[in-house]
Amino acid sequence: MCGIAGLIYRDGAEHDVGLDMTRMLQSMKHRGPDSTGYALYRKPGDDYVMRYKLADANDARDYEFADRLERHRREVEARLVTLGATIEEVDFDTEYAFRVRFSYGGALKDVADFVEDVPDAEVLSLGRALEIVKDLGDAETVSGQYHLEKVKGTHAIGHVRMATESDVDISGAHPYWAYPFSDTAVVHNGQLTNYFMWRRRLERSGHRFQSECDSEIIAVYLAEKMAGGMELEDAMHASLDDLDGVFTYIAVTESALGVAKDEMAAKPLVLYEGDDMVALASEEIAIRAIIDHEIETYDPYEREVLVWKR
Amino acid sequence: MPEGALVGERRITYDARGLAEPSAEIPKISEIDGVKAVFDAKSLSTRQINLELRWLLNEQGIKEVTVENPGSKHSIGVGILTRCKIRFKGSLGYFGCGLIDGPEIQIDGRVGWSACENMMSGVVIVESNAGSLTGAALRGGDIVVKGRVGARTGIDQKGGTIIVMGSAGSMTGFMMQRGRQILCGDVGPGLGDSMYDGTIYVAGQVKSLGIDCVPGEWTDADTELIERKFAIYGLGTPPELQKFVCGKKLYNYDTLEPSERKLVL
Repeated sequence: MCGIAGLIYRDGAEHDVGLDMTRMLQSMKHRGPDSTGYALYRKPGDDYVMRYKLADANDARDYEFADRLERHRREVEARLVTLGATIEEVDFDTEYAFRVRFSYGGALKDVADFVEDVPDAEVLSLGRALEIVKDLGDAETVSGQYHLEKVKGTHAIGHVRMATESDVDISGAHPYWAYPFSDTAVVHNGQLTNYFMWRRRLERSGHRFQSECDSEIIAVYLAEKMAGGMELEDAMHASLDDLDGVFTYIAVTESALGVAKDEMAAKPLVLYEGDDMVALASEEIAIRAIIDHEIETYDPYEREVLVWKR
Repeated sequence: MPEGALVGERRITYDARGLAEPSAEIPKISEIDGVKAVFDAKSLSTRQINLELRWLLNEQGIKEVTVENPGSKHSIGVGILTRCKIRFKGSLGYFGCGLIDGPEIQIDGRVGWSACENMMSGVVIVESNAGSLTGAALRGGDIVVKGRVGARTGIDQKGGTIIVMGSAGSMTGFMMQRGRQILCGDVGPGLGDSMYDGTIYVAGQVKSLGIDCVPGEWTDADTELIERKFAIYGLGTPPELQKFVCGKKLYNYDTLEPSERKLVL
């Protein structure tokens, strides 16, 4: 089934976005118990932040597991240095997921490609404002693991997953980073029926896929369109005709948050546009988790694309 | 209160079997005054709200209930099979007021998807917007939405009347079998697609008609119906409406001769 949520504060200041998104997602746990993911945006800094993983929560732990992870982590950091990056900070939230803050003046694609060449490495996000955190379990579990209750930011999207098209693992979890675009991420509710056609087409264009999940197509598709010079909103409009299936998805950049609905309006989205924030979610109960009074909401119609800028 | 929940904290708890809200204890927190009762649902789970409603209506002889702070929770007010009045001072989530037979319900807010599904009789008035699938498989009674509705309103409708003061989305009246819809705003594509029977009245623009939905001939009975419904619910002067009905070429082949069946769409 899956549930999606988005939140953007109109004043552009930093708020308790980690805590708020956790409350939204936890209230929709019944829509997706398999995994939870966040794309959290703070004010852009001078440094880049890369979130990456070297294993999954449910990978078998063999005798060399810990040593292998340590070896691979050191290799990732060595490769960053090789590319000319200066590592400022390394955090270990779990034994398999890492956060690296670094200064760098080159192309992000080079970083992502070089890091993902390390065995089992997957870059979850890369940017000056964006951090993607996703793992197995419900929102409170993931938030507790990664200390997201302390995260402050300007906007965020989140996802609770009920796996339908692919396996229950971190790679199949949302949000998806629109590699290699800095600070762009997507969450999706629905199923895409022309996934394989688009995957073949995009792989031939040189794009990379990290999972077998149909939702990843949306992130890669938007990345392809933006690489061709399109603005996010225009790319989202184009997706209404190119993508087939049922979908409501939220795409977000460093300064904007947008939502698109398929031509059948088959997947739900409730929208609240207040003076202080815009909040959207698969169910109103998620918005009520952060706004504890009656609010005026509505469901956008089929083929609508709505974008808000910070 | 659900185990582990804090006052005002909206949490879903699970027992060892993974079932949500296993507690079947009736809260009994209502303030009762004669045949009227009021209770605050803010810290109650869906199950507790419905248990409280049924206890009041079925065991305490209450005829009018006010529910404060329903908080957009799902499946509130379902399966009420008695004549009574219920007022929800707030919004409901999905599946609100489904499978009801008899009550008059007022919702001072919004409802989510599938409100009043399979409703058999009674009246439901929604003061604000409704989500998609409003009145799905409606069998009887009246639903009035004073705002807009989403897609697929009255899908599979089998009777009753749905009145929408605002706009409606795509596939409104999809597979409608009987009953009426009065839509005062614009309507999305696929109106009345695959309808078997029933009547849809539209005041605004229709983006496109669905398969086998055709304009219908207006009669005095239509005028009487519209004016009566608007008068009953205080909706003011009815707008000018177009009438749409089933063309009876798609599903009505059981009445056709074998040679005629080949001519259907």
